[in-house]
Amino acid sequence: MTGTMTTNNRETIIIQQERDLIICRNRVKDFAVRIGMGIVNQTKLITAVSELARNMLIYGGGGSVLLEVVSRGREPGISVVFQDKGPGIADITKAMQDGFTTGKSMGMGLPGAKRLASEFFIDSVVGKGTIVKIIKWKNG
Amino acid sequence: MTSNIIADLQSKRNIILENWIAQRELAEDFGGNFNSTDDLKTQSAELLDILLQTITSQNINDLYSSDLEPLFDYIGGLTVSRAKQGFSPRETAVYIFSLKDALLKVLGETISDNRELYTTTLEVSKFIDNIGITSFETFIRGREEVILSQSDEMAELSTPVIKVWDGIIAMPIIGTLDSARTQVVMENLLQGIVDNESSIAILDISGVPAVDSLVAQHLIKTVSAIRLLGADCIISGIRPEIAQTVVHLGIDLSKMVTKATLASALKYAFAALQLEVRRVAKEKSNL
Repeated sequence: MTGTMTTNNRETIIIQQERDLIICRNRVKDFAVRIGMGIVNQTKLITAVSELARNMLIYGGGGSVLLEVVSRGREPGISVVFQDKGPGIADITKAMQDGFTTGKSMGMGLPGAKRLASEFFIDSVVGKGTIVKIIKWKNG
Repeated sequence: MTSNIIADLQSKRNIILENWIAQRELAEDFGGNFNSTDDLKTQSAELLDILLQTITSQNINDLYSSDLEPLFDYIGGLTVSRAKQGFSPRETAVYIFSLKDALLKVLGETISDNRELYTTTLEVSKFIDNIGITSFETFIRGREEVILSQSDEMAELSTPVIKVWDGIIAMPIIGTLDSARTQVVMENLLQGIVDNESSIAILDISGVPAVDSLVAQHLIKTVSAIRLLGADCIISGIRPEIAQTVVHLGIDLSKMVTKATLASALKYAFAALQLEVRRVAKEKSNL
């Protein structure tokens, strides 16, 4: 991640069941609207968040989502951090490949979210949990 | 608490009941919800009888004991009936907790040894607190059931099958397309195709806020199921931002017939059924 970022605004959402995903998506939309993000980037961000939050729910047994308004220079953006204490991902390189899944889904969640976000960071320790951070810049 | 004390309480049942009711009548929040104090008396007598019959020197400290079930069942029933009568959970809780005062008053008169009175008070107090908690839990469970049934009803309501033309049905989807909703959508749509003898179904997703990989997977499954019935499915209402997102996500929807608007989907359906919509020249007499 590049540039200096200052924090203006933050919020944590706990994901424990499928209906929490709806609340999470709506909160992300509120944040995106607040910084004046266009409809296309808004939709990309919401979709990426939806994928990652659902992954966390299905494979990590739920976790927390931290929303934050950040900025690089004069451009604002939304940073979203997903953190769970689930089983972790054994092979991140494999998990980032299109169509790879250990479940019944399409295997598009992680690689798709990476393409939709401006910046993407993932770290996972088997047995400890997974942390994913994405940033979507307003015009990114 | 020794069995002697319990026997003592049982023998003083009438005094406890009088204390309890006197207290309820004095209480500030004793509202007009009961038509008469008779109702209050009957209910309180029933609860007190069950309590005194089920309580033993063992189960007072073991709330999961199975012989306490009749008591907790009664509390559950009482909470539900009071909730229906318009009592707030606070009123019901205060009602139950006031039984504690009535019991403790009698205990204070019965037990002379201070140490024994203290331990017994602690036990009784804990026991009544737990009855109060049970009542509160019942209340919340009741509320949750209402919310769940409402969300089920909404899922039912928001997926109507519309017959647009002979052989064409449409279904607009408003809101999030989760797994449970997809099941309802698929069932209604497949049944709609059979009932209306339709060969084309239009699924309009204008009202779906975001299409992620799970929603896409649900759409693909729905289309496959429709094709198994020998009908065709058109997905309409794909907004420009959704189109871009789906492409970035890496989902291939190219095998499906997709349209931007319901109107273009309908046009496509007319063409497939070899129908034509034409402007008819007005007759001269009408001009």
